Amino acid sequence: MDVPDGLELYTRMCFLRYFEERVDTLYRQGLIHGPAHLGLGQEAIAVGAASVLRPGDCSLGTYRGHAHALARGAPPDAVLAELLGREGGICAGKGGSMHITSIEHGYYGSYAIVGAHLPIACGLAWAAKIRLTEAVTVCFFGDGTTNIGAFHEAVNLAAVWRLPVVFVCENNWYMEYTPIADVIPVALPAADRAAAYGLDRVVVDGNDVTAVRRVIGDAVTAARRGQGPSLVEAQTYRLKGHSAADGGAYRPAEEVARWRERDPLLHARAALTAAGADEAALDEIDSSTKSDVAELARQVLDRPAPEPSGAWADVWSDGSWQWRN
Amino acid sequence: MAELTYRQAVAAALAQEMARDDRVVVLGEDVASGGVFKTTSGLCERFGPDRVWNTPISEQAIAGAAMGAAMAGLRPVAEIMFADFYATCWDHVANEIAKVRYMTGGQVSMPLVLRGANGSGGLGFGSQHGQSLENWAMCVPGLKIVSPAGPAEAFGLLAAAIRDDDPVLVFEHKAMYGRREEVPEGEHVLPLGQARTARVGGDVTLVGLSITAGICLAAADELAAQGIAADVLDLRTLVPLDATAVLASIRRTGRLVVVEENPGQLGWGAAIAALAAEEAFSDLAAPVARVSGGNVPLPVAASLEAEVDVSAARVVAAARAVLNHT
Repeated sequence: MDVPDGLELYTRMCFLRYFEERVDTLYRQGLIHGPAHLGLGQEAIAVGAASVLRPGDCSLGTYRGHAHALARGAPPDAVLAELLGREGGICAGKGGSMHITSIEHGYYGSYAIVGAHLPIACGLAWAAKIRLTEAVTVCFFGDGTTNIGAFHEAVNLAAVWRLPVVFVCENNWYMEYTPIADVIPVALPAADRAAAYGLDRVVVDGNDVTAVRRVIGDAVTAARRGQGPSLVEAQTYRLKGHSAADGGAYRPAEEVARWRERDPLLHARAALTAAGADEAALDEIDSSTKSDVAELARQVLDRPAPEPSGAWADVWSDGSWQWRN
Repeated sequence: MAELTYRQAVAAALAQEMARDDRVVVLGEDVASGGVFKTTSGLCERFGPDRVWNTPISEQAIAGAAMGAAMAGLRPVAEIMFADFYATCWDHVANEIAKVRYMTGGQVSMPLVLRGANGSGGLGFGSQHGQSLENWAMCVPGLKIVSPAGPAEAFGLLAAAIRDDDPVLVFEHKAMYGRREEVPEGEHVLPLGQARTARVGGDVTLVGLSITAGICLAAADELAAQGIAADVLDLRTLVPLDATAVLASIRRTGRLVVVEENPGQLGWGAAIAALAAEEAFSDLAAPVARVSGGNVPLPVAASLEAEVDVSAARVVAAARAVLNHT
């Protein structure tokens, strides 16, 4: 691992980690209005993938989407304001945790209906193909998504139309509270389905940020060159429950412990120190990021709630909501 | 003026808008070969395969791809072959397309059109290919709903739908695809949200949409023969709804019959009846009457279908009952 580059990736992962931990705390304090699904433990996928994307590229995620929005550059204060229902929320208070979107930064939304965004990703990629731009679309989704119809319709369409889209399955081994192995007839939810669409079987250690970057980078490059879509299975683990309200008690303690040892931040730290990075510098990144996030939360909590009149804006493109004259 | 069939009018409107704006692209099952109802005939030949895309039988992929393309700045027109098939992509229509602008605080617009064949009309298509389904969309804020009553409307309203920056569902009536009518020469666009007064009369208001606008006109002919002058309103669009036109007509006649092809249970006619009750109660000389399709799934045998479909005779009977109310 190249040290300056690795430190940059490590810093970004740290930010996502401490941001989500703060969200968890705020949730427990009753300050988050509505559900919150945390990406704790899955930071390497968001950071590794975002590091190979260019301005103009599109990405989409699920209701577990905070990290993917932040990784593309969505302003953290606006994301946190959205979660806390404060003024200046990135979706003006009308999307919440499950719909974080930052079009300006190429993050085309977090989707709360499982699988819905895979066909939408096809549409973004289709537009790039029609317009002959080099834009690539990357679409993140969970292992449970591979059992829903939209997954199969979208991957098939992308393959048939040779669209510049990279589908990234974040396999954290659980669909909500149920082990994915209980609900698929194959070993790997995405990789073992790829052949049905004429795609290669691609698996990557989703907790190794440099591996993620290499594998998704290759897929993005292929898409950019007009070589069509890819389906990547990035294997990972969520360190907390399905949502902030879930303790995840259905998971065996030894399984959790085993995956904690493979924490993507620990993985990156080990790689960095092996490459000669200074432990103290890494500790400094951790502590300064933590305090930055704490300060961010303080500032956003000081903001007022959005004006109630905002509930009536943005139904139609002229800003109005009326359905009749 | 050129005489076009309803299906030719659809294809002509698509061609007009594709020629005008290269962001307009068409996708759907069989559309490159003209489509099963021949509503996209000639488009692929004229505009090429980069503008007209055949899809697999994958309605979620069709609706979702249209949405993604609209987010990217294209103006896609997706064919959902039969309106009944919206059931297979309703997540994309009702949860995604309708709401994405609102849920993102206005970060994106959704300039797309979903269009296809709707309605019964006595063709024997049955419960899964013959429904009139505007109601499904009408309870979802964020969707505009267009139902043309003839070729000129099919042309002008589709053109307007394509130019609109919001998502529009266009319900074409399959029983009218062969119907001919004069359509204005040159660029033809009709505004969304403006009802058409199809006939002027002072005794009773008949409100119709799509095929029932014509049924109302046929009923009005019969009523005229009986000395009754009906005001016939063709709504053209349910969202935006021209409530002003409905209320103005009620003020003139004091009597209202609403005619819808779909089952009456929570049909759009109930919204019109509520509008009359809430905002024109003092103008009404009689209770509002509703004529609707039967509250059953649609049967196929012609005798059964006729039993539950709306007809001019049922509209005449309802109008006479309203007029006889004391």
